[in-house]
Amino acid sequence: MTQWERFLETFFNAEVLARYAPSILHGVWVTIELSLLIVVVGIGVGTALACVRALRRPWLTAPIVVFADVFRALPPLVLILIAFFGLPNAGVFLSAFLVLFLVLTLVLAAFAEEIVWAGITSVPKGQWEAARSTGLTFGQTLGSVVLPQAIRLAIPPLTNRAIAITKMTALGTVIGVPDILNQATTAQSFSGNASPLMLAAVAYLLLFLPLVILSRWLETRFAWRRA
Amino acid sequence: MLTIRGLRKSFGGTEVLSGIDLDVAERELVFVLGPSGSGKSTLLRCLNRLEEPEAGEIRLAGDAVTGAGVDLNGLRRRIGMVFQAFNLYPHLSARRNVTLALRKVLRLSRAEADARAEAALARVGLADKAESYPGTLSGGQQQRVAIARALALEPQVMLFDEPTSALDPELVGDVLEVMREMKRAGMTMLVVSHEMGFAREAADRVIFMDRGRIVEEGAPEAVFGAPKEARTRAFLARVGGAR
Repeated sequence: MTQWERFLETFFNAEVLARYAPSILHGVWVTIELSLLIVVVGIGVGTALACVRALRRPWLTAPIVVFADVFRALPPLVLILIAFFGLPNAGVFLSAFLVLFLVLTLVLAAFAEEIVWAGITSVPKGQWEAARSTGLTFGQTLGSVVLPQAIRLAIPPLTNRAIAITKMTALGTVIGVPDILNQATTAQSFSGNASPLMLAAVAYLLLFLPLVILSRWLETRFAWRRA
Repeated sequence: MLTIRGLRKSFGGTEVLSGIDLDVAERELVFVLGPSGSGKSTLLRCLNRLEEPEAGEIRLAGDAVTGAGVDLNGLRRRIGMVFQAFNLYPHLSARRNVTLALRKVLRLSRAEADARAEAALARVGLADKAESYPGTLSGGQQQRVAIARALALEPQVMLFDEPTSALDPELVGDVLEVMREMKRAGMTMLVVSHEMGFAREAADRVIFMDRGRIVEEGAPEAVFGAPKEARTRAFLARVGGAR
């Protein structure tokens, strides 16, 4: 067997690939499902928190800032392990899927809050004043004037962050969430062959490469000149 | 139309308005001038409470603007404001800039709001720019859209905070022309500006402010032609307003 054949045998074994493709495909669905949930809820919660912070009430701002700083500072894996292996000792039993969803959603919410808040603060004060001077309420001004401008500024960094965090669904493998990586590592240990891991890598590329390209496009698309 | 009594405002210990008393009659155009830092803009911004006055009373057509429990948003739509920096919403077309408050504050239907916006834009000479975004308009056009945005709410008084100061000289005329037309149509106006020529021809009364007080007031001919106060004379000499 030549070196080249050994390489193909190890990483691209057709028989192994065919055998484990269905289970990895199942993992793809789990990853997609989780990612969509995390992105929708995480960005939603983060945006809501940034809006609450726009009220500029210190007793509301303080807990939001603490939440955002803590969840941006802690490695998600630490949070996942604490929630999955620690909480049962306190009588709280969460499924692996729920733990992964909650932790990554909160981490994304923390980043999204900071990004959207930065967008809100970068909208000139005159926008608030013009809107309020026509009789619009705080909420109407935020919703119709400030947030649309803030979100536009936030979209490129938000997309990058969403990709970075949904990729972390692979961390679920350590607590047994049947995502792409988990299915692949299981297949790898059964078959004693690295081909399932290559298949997983290809699956991740197919999932995330379009998103990375989309984020690049968004960056140029929204590099708009401010009026 | 507008009654101001004992209005006071400080920023961090510095008193910017030291007791302003002023009445603006219906259909009157009052022109406010004074050196930078004299409190002119703050006076305007207190009138719709973009700045919260510390003391004093403001009434619009008899209704209290100051005090607890007033319907501030209801009052604000009766007080139009035009800003030095235009402050158009950059993500909305000229039409949507005008219709936003019509829809959200007056709760007009889309059709009614559109009709009113078109009328307001036509009045400022920009009927053909309804679908344009602020970024594609000149400064003068942007300011006229901003005027249309305020006008469409049919306010009882219009406040102008240095409306032409951010404009290139050749674009000032269009904005002043719109203001002249509003004056002719009977709008009550309070104008902070350095356009002395406009003050001479259009103002009913000129007010000179310095260090948070009204130092002198009178008809334009009187204030520009024969200012009584030394501070007014010094200011007019500096800005070239004296004839």
